[in-house]
Amino acid sequence: MSSPTARWRQPSVLPGFPLAFGLTVTYLGFIVILPLAALVLKPWSLVLAALRLSFGTSVLAALVDGVLGLIIAWTLVRYEFPGRRLVDAIVDLPFALPTAVAGIALTALYAPTGPLGALAAKFGLKTAYSPLGIFIALLFIGLPFVVRAIEPVLQEFDREVEEAARTLGASDFQRIRQVVLPALAPAWISGVTLAFARAVGEYGSVIFIAGNMPMRTEIAPLLIVIKLEEFDYAGAAAVGVAMVVISFGSLLAINDLQAYLAQRGRA
Amino acid sequence: MKPLFRLPGVAPLLLVFSLAVLGLLIVLPLGVVFQQAFAQGLGAYLTPLRDPDALAAIRLTLLVAAISVPLNAVFGLAAAWTVTRFEFRGKTLLLALIDLPFSISPVVSGLVWVLLFGAQGWFGALLQAWGVKIIFATSGIVLATLVVTLPFVARELIPLMQDQGWDEEAAALTLGAGGFTTFFRVTLPNVKWALVYGVLLCNARAMGEFGAVSVVSGHIRGLTDTLPLHIEALYNDYDFVGAFAAATLLASLGLVTLVVKTGLEWRFADELAASRRH
Repeated sequence: MSSPTARWRQPSVLPGFPLAFGLTVTYLGFIVILPLAALVLKPWSLVLAALRLSFGTSVLAALVDGVLGLIIAWTLVRYEFPGRRLVDAIVDLPFALPTAVAGIALTALYAPTGPLGALAAKFGLKTAYSPLGIFIALLFIGLPFVVRAIEPVLQEFDREVEEAARTLGASDFQRIRQVVLPALAPAWISGVTLAFARAVGEYGSVIFIAGNMPMRTEIAPLLIVIKLEEFDYAGAAAVGVAMVVISFGSLLAINDLQAYLAQRGRA
Repeated sequence: MKPLFRLPGVAPLLLVFSLAVLGLLIVLPLGVVFQQAFAQGLGAYLTPLRDPDALAAIRLTLLVAAISVPLNAVFGLAAAWTVTRFEFRGKTLLLALIDLPFSISPVVSGLVWVLLFGAQGWFGALLQAWGVKIIFATSGIVLATLVVTLPFVARELIPLMQDQGWDEEAAALTLGAGGFTTFFRVTLPNVKWALVYGVLLCNARAMGEFGAVSVVSGHIRGLTDTLPLHIEALYNDYDFVGAFAAATLLASLGLVTLVVKTGLEWRFADELAASRRH
């Protein structure tokens, strides 16, 4: 018998432990633990659904913003084209536009009667009043965070290193993948993290486009507002605490990842 | 600058892609605001703006910004002075606290005031006995706005004052200037553009804040509805022209903010925080 198992239970001469133990645990799991879990979690199903939706769409939107933001920052820093500074300024528009305004504007665009919503409907996609609509709003809100985080690093990136890689015979893609992207990683993670943090708490731009159907498109911040309207202060505070705890937990984890990457980059 | 790619066609491709994303995702929604507002002509656009509730909402929004922006500007200066000119234990914690409002949901920022001052909050009964109303009143809206806009000025000033160091202040002091003279004649002129920059962003957020204010306002039309809340009320009544007409005011505020901000970045890049130089 392998050593970890031996340490986990006292050695015995009697046979049949795996079978008996497996049976007992499986039986307990189905007959006692699963129903109890349902009992414990059921009153929270609305909250859990909202939290899952908020954090799920936020992660997704932040990652897509990461890709789009990287390309946009790259274009803005590395290429000269007429109107570059204007385009650069436009990136900040989601910062400057109040969220309620962004919310009704995005809804007008992506509602079934709106131009983009009608277009998407032709392809069988429901944009507004679905999780996809929430995703679009979060994409809008988060984009500047990524671009603004990457831009200064890309600007100050030592071009000599790139030139060295080039003279050593690295191809364009090799150079980008092995020289530029690793150097950008910490800033990229910061930007995506900021976009994520903002997206999780976002309210104004989302509630118009979300449709706010319980269990389907009700985001966590909206649940707080609903509970407050019912004068359920404890419930509202509980959702708020859950949001803050999950956010800070993920921010700490991302911080660790960043520290790890920075350390590996130096080594 | 040297082109990065030698592969032909990649640069135009990236450029077209970037412009398409920005156009579709960012510029188009802004355009829609104005298109919807003027969809039924200028008359239909102006009528909802002359509505007494709309005027009350505009007045309230201006009042809230007029109170919260100066308070946060003073706080920002004090915080930046504290953090960049002195060494003390717990400074990292203090910096984290200053940034905290950026990392919590605006709705939570509003919620905390309801938990404190709401009817069933910690001080709810006490306030009721005194006849003071904070939640569902202007003071609650100001408090919620203060929280969400707290970091803006401090965040601009701290990195800049860190960069500048305190040589000039030390010189002024050795030449016999007093504390306040040094502050007003040396420190303040050195950071004035960063201060303007921070106040600008703080003001834009104060006037446009929705989530935090929505929680504490109570949505009483003509009384506790700020402009963003007024937009929501009109929108929920299916008065789309009215909602978008009111939205053009805030969108214009956003555009003006963006133009002034960009102007400041171009003109005074060196006098803004290092992180802004790009």
